[in-house]
Amino acid sequence: MAKKIDEAQVRKVAKLARLELANSEIEEFTVQLSAILDYMEKMNELDTTGVEPLAHCLPISNVFRDDSIKTSLGTEKTLANAPQRDGEFFKVPKILDDSNRA
Amino acid sequence: MSGELLNKDCRQLREAIAAGRAKSVEATKAVFEAINKYEPVIGAYISTFEKQALAKAKEVDDKIAAGEAVGELAGVPVAIKDNLCSTFGATTCASKILENFHSPYNATVIEKLLAADAVIVGKTNMDEFAMGSSTENSGLKRTVNPWDTSRVPGGSSGGSAAAVAGRLCFAALGSDTGGSIRQPAAFCGVVGLKPTYGRVSRYGLVAYGSSLDQIGPVTRTVSDCALMMNVIAGHDEKDSTSVGESIAPVCNYLEKLDEPISRPLRGRLRIGVVPELNAGSDNDVQNAIAEAIEVYKKLGAETVEIEMPHFDYAIAAYYVIATAEASSNLARYDGVHYGHRTASKADYIEVYTKSRAEGFGKEVKRRIMLGTYALSSGYYDAYYLKALKVRNLIRGDFTNAFERCDCVMMPVSPTTAFKIGEKVDDPLKMYLSDVYTIAANLAGVPSISIPCGFDENNLPIGLQILAAAFAEEKLLRIARMFEMQTEWHQRRPAMPE
Repeated sequence: MAKKIDEAQVRKVAKLARLELANSEIEEFTVQLSAILDYMEKMNELDTTGVEPLAHCLPISNVFRDDSIKTSLGTEKTLANAPQRDGEFFKVPKILDDSNRA
Repeated sequence: MSGELLNKDCRQLREAIAAGRAKSVEATKAVFEAINKYEPVIGAYISTFEKQALAKAKEVDDKIAAGEAVGELAGVPVAIKDNLCSTFGATTCASKILENFHSPYNATVIEKLLAADAVIVGKTNMDEFAMGSSTENSGLKRTVNPWDTSRVPGGSSGGSAAAVAGRLCFAALGSDTGGSIRQPAAFCGVVGLKPTYGRVSRYGLVAYGSSLDQIGPVTRTVSDCALMMNVIAGHDEKDSTSVGESIAPVCNYLEKLDEPISRPLRGRLRIGVVPELNAGSDNDVQNAIAEAIEVYKKLGAETVEIEMPHFDYAIAAYYVIATAEASSNLARYDGVHYGHRTASKADYIEVYTKSRAEGFGKEVKRRIMLGTYALSSGYYDAYYLKALKVRNLIRGDFTNAFERCDCVMMPVSPTTAFKIGEKVDDPLKMYLSDVYTIAANLAGVPSISIPCGFDENNLPIGLQILAAAFAEEKLLRIARMFEMQTEWHQRRPAMPE
């Protein structure tokens, strides 16, 4: 039986998930995820025609509250766990490519 | 003296403290003596707060001495799972990615414990981000089962269950996404309740599978479980999935706890059993469940055979839905706002990919991968949408069952506690061990695990009882009927020196 998922697909999914995986992890996950996905095929034994998908079990739908101003954490508390900060900002590597600047 | 205090349950301890017959400071000191003695072997805690706990204990003792009113858990030392946000200590989820994360706020359940005058002694170990069934996926430390230190405590709330069983606290909070309270409770011989989805606020619980996660108590007795529910249950405006009073009012779960359930019209407690399901368990487990049901029959209950035709598909549906939700929930760990950031000089994409690679353990990566795949273009309908439909069928099984019976009884786990390392290399095998517990999460119904016997290796066995949504009061009373007739819950592990 063909594998449910091959190494190229695992690499693609890792990219989507923003996970850097070592080659050994790619190999391992290809085998393990294939086995797990094979098991999940079991669901196809069930005819679910006309069955509504159930996202959650609550007897409630929309929840509203008054749009009133409440206190928030504040800058210091919010930034307290920042891996890197610059004054009142989270510091991150450059995101915009400036090679096209006029 | 301290041993005597440690053997009281929460209700007895609270009563003794409130009446001035015992001091919370003494009980708290006794807990820390036990922690100092046994924790090097058991490994239940990621962090402990001795100074803060003793200060709170003294505050409670002083209030009582001054004749002031005190809360429902006055002076009782409790533990909390380390995926509950607290402003004291770190909130790690047993992950390297959050090893140094200090929450700026408390989870609602922690605020409620503190308001009830509980003494929080520490935060307990778990499978990383609650993903696992043995606590072996902790990125920070190992927890062993107090009944046999070569075995796992179960998971993911393994630290909470080991701490309660080992008398390293009087009660604890866990979280249950697919059995993470009930299975460790069963493996460690204590009581664990997964409440109805929406009964307890999830505000401040680090999300794993948001439509499945629920916080609940791990205790030595059913009555302590009822007491803990009195403190933590109820609507919270900070959690829009917590259910309001108009839909399902919270009860005083202790008020009628000791009154057995009987039905005025039909006369008897009706227990649903699914014979073919139980057959999948080890012999000792099957026998213990059968004997437990006999105890109920002697109390006048009758059994009804029910069908759960879709139960067998629960694991497949669960591991699609839970991992899909996890892959989305865990996208927030990006090395930017909090948590681990890679030290390597990297561009912004590499900051994400390397920080996540360095911070997450293998099982977390595996589930993120699985969930991302299930949600990805071309596979969404075949996996995620299909799983949500199967989920609806499973809920239907329960709806039909509860028209015919008051509760359903079955094992918590097909085996007792397994050996450390036994399943760690085979993720699918580990997933399959959750066979009995995950349906309750998919259907959103409450489910409790209570001690009902021991196997040939002297390892505890749990009886699982499930009831209809928001029927916790009835569920606890049914569980209490058994507890009043048996002494399994009084057995204690011989603690390793």
